[in-house]
Formats: sequence, C-alpha cells, structure tokens
Amino acid sequence: MKIKNPIFTTEDLCAYYGDFMAIKHVTVKIPEKQVTAVMGPSGCGKTTFIRCLNRLHELTPGARITGKIFLRDQDILQMDPIIVRRKVGMVFQRPNPFPTMTIYENVLAGYKLLGIRLPKKEADRIVEEALKKAALWDEVKDVLHRRGTFLSGGQQQRLCIARALAVKPEVLLMDEPTSALDPKATLQIENLIVELKQTVTIIIVTHNMPQAGRISDYTAFFYLGELIEFGPTAEVFTNPKDPRTEEYLTGKFS
Amino acid sequence: MFEPKNLYRQIKYDLLFRKLATSMGALVIFLVVATFFTLVYESWPAIKAFGLRFLWNTTWDPVSLEFGALPFLVGTLITSFLALLIATPFALAGAIFLGELAPPKIANPVSFVMELLAGIPSVIYGLWALFYLVPLVRAFELKIGAPPYGLGLFTASLVLAIMILPYALSVARDVIKLVPQDLKEAAYGLGATRWETIRHIVLPYARSGILAGIVLALGRALGETMAVTMVIGNRSAMPQSIWDLANTMASVIANEFTEATEDVHLAALVEIGLLLFVITVVVNLVARIFIVKTKVR
Ligand SMILES: Nc1ncnc2c1ncn2[C@@H]1O[C@H](COP(=O)(O)OP(=O)(O)O)[C@@H](O)[C@H]1O
Ligand SMILES: [Mg+2]
Repeated sequence: MKIKNPIFTTEDLCAYYGDFMAIKHVTVKIPEKQVTAVMGPSGCGKTTFIRCLNRLHELTPGARITGKIFLRDQDILQMDPIIVRRKVGMVFQRPNPFPTMTIYENVLAGYKLLGIRLPKKEADRIVEEALKKAALWDEVKDVLHRRGTFLSGGQQQRLCIARALAVKPEVLLMDEPTSALDPKATLQIENLIVELKQTVTIIIVTHNMPQAGRISDYTAFFYLGELIEFGPTAEVFTNPKDPRTEEYLTGKFS
Repeated sequence: MFEPKNLYRQIKYDLLFRKLATSMGALVIFLVVATFFTLVYESWPAIKAFGLRFLWNTTWDPVSLEFGALPFLVGTLITSFLALLIATPFALAGAIFLGELAPPKIANPVSFVMELLAGIPSVIYGLWALFYLVPLVRAFELKIGAPPYGLGLFTASLVLAIMILPYALSVARDVIKLVPQDLKEAAYGLGATRWETIRHIVLPYARSGILAGIVLALGRALGETMAVTMVIGNRSAMPQSIWDLANTMASVIANEFTEATEDVHLAALVEIGLLLFVITVVVNLVARIFIVKTKVR
C-alpha cells in the first residue's frame, strides 16, 4: 500500500520496558492530515506505540526504543524530545487539566511551562482560537478565569484538547480519549476529531470499533506488540488480510 | 451458622469498644485543658503581680524580683524563624530531590537516614553543636568583627535548623510524591522540561502541604529546649543582635526552674510556660488547617 505524504515513518521500531519487548519491529507510514486509528486487544502495545511517537515512552524508568522514527524526514530519536513534544501533542485517556490553573491558564499552559510570555492580546487570541477549535468556547467563555476542575468530564477532555492545540502541533496523539466519557460527550469529541483533521494529523487509540469506523481514515491493528494490519479503515474492516484481525473484528477476543 | 447469642456478644463488645474509644478521646482533651489550667493556677502569683506588663517588660531580675517575658519571647521568635529561614530552602530542595528526582535506589536509603536523624535525642545535637558548631561560629564572628562568643542566638538557630530539617523535608517529600503522574505527563507532553514541570505543576500542586510541613517544623522549633539551652548562652536580657547571648522561653525555664526559690520567680517561669503552650497550640492549629485544606483538594 502506498502512502504518499507520510507524516510519521517508523522503521523496525521496537520499544522495551526493561527486558520486556512491548513493540516488536514495527515499520509503518502514517498519512498526513488524516485520522489513523490504532486498535487491538488490551495490552497489545497501543499506548506504548503512540508514546514512542512523542518520546513520552522514555520517561518510564527502564524504558527504551530501538529502530527509527521519522517525523517527515527528521529522525525524532536524534532530536531534542522537547521539540518533538511540541510538534506532537498528546491527549490522555483520563482528562487531566491542571487543577492549580484556571481554564484560561490551562489553555496557555504550553507557553507558561516553557516560560514564554505572551502579550495579553496575543494570549487572548490563542485561548479563543484553541477553545473554538476544541468546540468548548461557547460553554466556557464566561468562566475563563475559574479553575477547570468544575467542568464535566467531556468538557475537561476538550479543555485538554484545546491545551494541546494551543501550541499548534502538527500531530495530535489521543489515547482512548473517550473511554472515560458518556455517549453524548463521546459523540462531541468524535465530531471534533473529524473537524480537526483539516489542520492536524490525528492518531487515536480506540477500543471502540464503531468509533474507529466513524472517524478514522486508516486503521492500524496491533497484536502482542506486532503491527499485523495497516490500511484504509474501510478496507481493513471489510476485508482484513490477517485472520487475527478478522477474529478481533468479529469479537472472538477483545 | 447464624448464632444469635454470638451476635449479641459482638454487639456488646462493639458498644464497649465505642465507649472505650470515646473516653480515650475525652481523656486527651481533658489532659490538654487540665494542663492549661494547671499552668494558669501555678502562674497566678506572677499574673497578679505583673499583669499584662509581663508581656512587654524587658527586665528579668530574680534578685529584685522584677519579671518580664519579652527577652524570651524575642529569643524564641528569632531563633525559630531564623531556623525556619535556614532550613526551608534545604528542606524544599531535599524534598524535590527525594520525591521527584532521585531513583528509589537512592531515595529510600537517604529517607531512612533522615528518619534516623529525626529520632536522635536533642541533647546529642546540643553536644555536637558545642564541640563542632560553636568553634565554627566563633571563627566566623571573629572574621566579621562580632563579639566572639561562639554561643548565642545564631548558633541556637543553626542547631534548630538542623533539628527541624527532617520534619519539614519528609512532609514536603510526601506531598510531592502525591502529585498525580498524569499531570506531570501532561506537562512533559507539552514540551516542558523536568525543572519546568516541577516549578509550574508539582510545586503549586503541593504548595499547601509543603507549607503545613514548615509550620509543623516551626511548632517543634518553638518548643525545642535541651539543644538550645546548651548553645544559646543563657543571658536573660534583651538581645541586641543575632550574635548576642540570649535565652528562649524554653531555655530560661530549663535553666532557672531548679534554682527558683521565691514563689513569684517560680510563678513567672510557669507563666512563660503558659505563653509557650498557647503559642505552640496556635501554630499547630494553623498547620492542621493547612493540612485539611490540602486534603480537600
Ligand atoms: N510501565 C510499564 N512497565 C512494564 N510493562 C509495561 C508498562 N506499561 C505497559 N507495559 C506492558 O506493555 C504491554 C503493552 O502495554 P500498553 O501499551 O499499555 O497496551 P495497550 O495500550 O494496548 O492496552 C503490556 O503487556 C503491558 O503489561
Ligand atoms: Mg492503553
């Protein structure tokens, strides 16, 4: 299968926790400005895989990576992880806005953390733009200077999306971003993801097959740390090449 | 199988236990109140003789039987706050190191040694200070042209700082450890360095707990007696500088209690004890409030 403009290319990527090999020899190209779903049974390495892509993996004591990961044509394993993480944002499984900051400060956290001071006008503009992109602006525009902790789970997760978008990443990694949310909040985030792919590449881990079907253009299937299937979602879902993918899709294991 | 007889017995024990626990709680409160009233009763001759003036009178003269507590209030406040000032940066740095930076292989043994330090009797700190700190301070005083006693407020503050360090540090370390991992990861995910994450995420989150630890340490410094008595120089006059010989509230009691023959002298010493009691209770209450606030969030 040909991917013309890959934003990420991994070559023989392996990821370890100590001696345990959690990702095994993954070679894949991930297309730009598309939504790629990462699927597979629990414990197969989905989280580990996306955490390699912004070098969060190496924060775990004893964890390491071998192989190559290119962001366009730059080898991110040779780059400063701080620069990688600003280009590749992340949204986590559980919403985690900073409880010591207001909503406004949360959105700007990516600047504040790095000691970047913005003129008030510029800051206001970034906050509004990010919150609008995250489809949260209308709900919070009157409470920007309150703590984000009173928001509902779905609102908190969209605040985290806004926080990630505010630093203008090229890629947004999402690790089961709706698994802690109710169906209504889930739907809002799904719609948001489809909107966002105009401007940013999205790689989303999901357990939820209908969700992957609704929002993703490409699907990657992991099994015990190996990438066993990758292709356009419609193709993978209707005509899987690997029997294990088919078994998973038909619910033989989960 | 279900046996009603057994059940009744259990209910009986349960009730008994509840009563026991309640009366123990009441006993603790009773002890605090009783201590307070005993102190008031025993210091009554002094309270009657000197009234409120006791608080700001700077003369303490067992010969002419004139007693004022201000020099000791000042001595206690200066040594305690100076100790806090010295200890806090070390406590904070140590807590960040042990709670956030050091791998368990290093953090665990260091924490263990620190807990040992907290358990050393204060007379040992006093001895160590006499042999080691006092000559150092004297040399320093010679250099800067202060009276070279070696003993005094500054030395006492140094000993106190060392003694309270383990307390402030271990409380701060524990609250730093409680900062959720997912918040730190969110910060790293935004491109923050370790230091930026500590400064903008970890410390603000742990702030009230760290403050509580510092106030708790202050409570200990206020009441610390033995080590301070050994190095403060025991002079019952208003200190003019931190190089002066002085007394704290605790050290003057420890020093003069056995020699006090006049009733009013004894009562004045007890009144100082009463003041110290009130101050420490207030400081501990403040620390409690900080801790409760941390837990709520
Ligand atoms: N911090 C860790 N230390 C050791 N092993 C881990 C750690 N995190 C995950 N693993 C292991 O790596 C494998 C992949 O985990 P993960 O990437 O979290 O799977 P998934 O997200 O697909 O459920 C699992 O076998 C898991 O037990
Ligand atoms: Mg996972």
